[in-house]
Amino acid sequence: MAQTRRSLLVDPLVDNNPITLQVLGICSALAVTTSLKVSFVMALAVIFVISFSSMFISMLRHQIPSSIRIIVQMVIIASLVILVDQVLRAYAFEISQTLSVFVGLIITNCIVMGRAEAFAMKNPPVASFLDGMGNGLGYGLILMLVGFVRELFGAGSLFGIPVLPTVSNGGWYVPNGMMLLPPSAFFVIGLLIWAFRTWKPKQVEAREFRIQRVEAH
Amino acid sequence: MTDHSATDAGAERKGPIRRFLDMPPDTPAKTVFVAVALCLVASMVVSAAAVSLRPLQQENALRNRQVNILQVAGQYDPARDVAEAFAAFEPAVVELETGQISEALDPFTFDDRAAADDPELSVALENDPASIGRKARFATVYLLRDAAGAVERVVLPVHGYGLWSTLYGYVAVEASGNEIYGLQFYQHAETPGLGGEVDNPRWRAQWNGLSIYNEAGDVAITLARTPPPAGEEYRVDTLSGATLTARGVENLVRFWLGENGFEPFLANLRAGEI
Repeated sequence: MAQTRRSLLVDPLVDNNPITLQVLGICSALAVTTSLKVSFVMALAVIFVISFSSMFISMLRHQIPSSIRIIVQMVIIASLVILVDQVLRAYAFEISQTLSVFVGLIITNCIVMGRAEAFAMKNPPVASFLDGMGNGLGYGLILMLVGFVRELFGAGSLFGIPVLPTVSNGGWYVPNGMMLLPPSAFFVIGLLIWAFRTWKPKQVEAREFRIQRVEAH
Repeated sequence: MTDHSATDAGAERKGPIRRFLDMPPDTPAKTVFVAVALCLVASMVVSAAAVSLRPLQQENALRNRQVNILQVAGQYDPARDVAEAFAAFEPAVVELETGQISEALDPFTFDDRAAADDPELSVALENDPASIGRKARFATVYLLRDAAGAVERVVLPVHGYGLWSTLYGYVAVEASGNEIYGLQFYQHAETPGLGGEVDNPRWRAQWNGLSIYNEAGDVAITLARTPPPAGEEYRVDTLSGATLTARGVENLVRFWLGENGFEPFLANLRAGEI
């Protein structure tokens, strides 16, 4: 196999990040990144679901009939997501209330399905587990970065601890309300993609077409 | 028989599961087998998790409600055991129309939310400012009595639609039946930082001491766009940037304290009949 275990785990962090390079999993990245605590729990949940769904799907890969393979993958992913949701509700009640529907929506996160279909169906379980975990970590990294920016400028706090005292609590910082709305995550993720591609120019995609210059006659 | 011969025998006479596993995956029989087996295993895992974690989840939900009732009535002390502190409250099921405590329904088993969907126990609303569709005819309230046994404060459940979600919460009312002690939501999914500011303690503090009814006996509480002056009786400052959530909160508070809500009960409370 060409990829080492280390590269399976590390590559998706920056070089092949599921959000900034593949631009997958954006919808949950918009929804849950209003605060760092929620982003963190969501990242953990996704890492768990991708790692184990990739592992189980890889273990079954010689048995899965190709005609129903997507459904089989969905059943495995959905079961794991329900498991996570139930555990959160039992042991982290307050966070599960804030995450509400978004834990359930991990089922439709394209990164999870993408890794199952692109990697786990063709590779052994340990490699699939690491690949899933790497991609989960890459997703989580971006979630935390976006959550950091949005919570700091939107609410003046980090992990719920006030950093910039806001006007409504008697301080001087006027929070940027837009940071708490989903569109701001588009801006933050867009800027992140720009930063990543400036740092690693290899990630810049080739242009699909180029306007030809026509010499004037 | 040794282990070695046992595996040999197994290889000769393959069991049905082994035979299925060796089949090429794309035959129809294998497809059905994989689908059924996977569904069985997945459903067992999911239901095992749901059943084994349910007691903990229910305890969390109950504790969350109790903490909110304690907080809204100003009885919450983080150092004290929640269940113990909550014992100071006497739950009672109130029939909304008459405002009387119903003896027939047990407050410990009565489920407000299930009742709102039960045609026997609820009515469809025509005039529905809180956008709740159906209203249970009964509601569980919590009475806080002082040492002498007189009602000191009551905690009333309220709910209504905001921008994204139904807000569920409690209003604590003084024994006078006309003064709010506090308002708090224990479940909602409004935008954090905007509508979610209904949870901000500084905003909630404004509700303390508000009068509910004006001289004509109508609910007079409104959310004002300009900060009301100190000592204002009926108005609280609205939530900036959360027009629809604020409107939802105003509507639900007005609805539940109005004649279709707890007004008859509060009238009885004022008259000292509770």
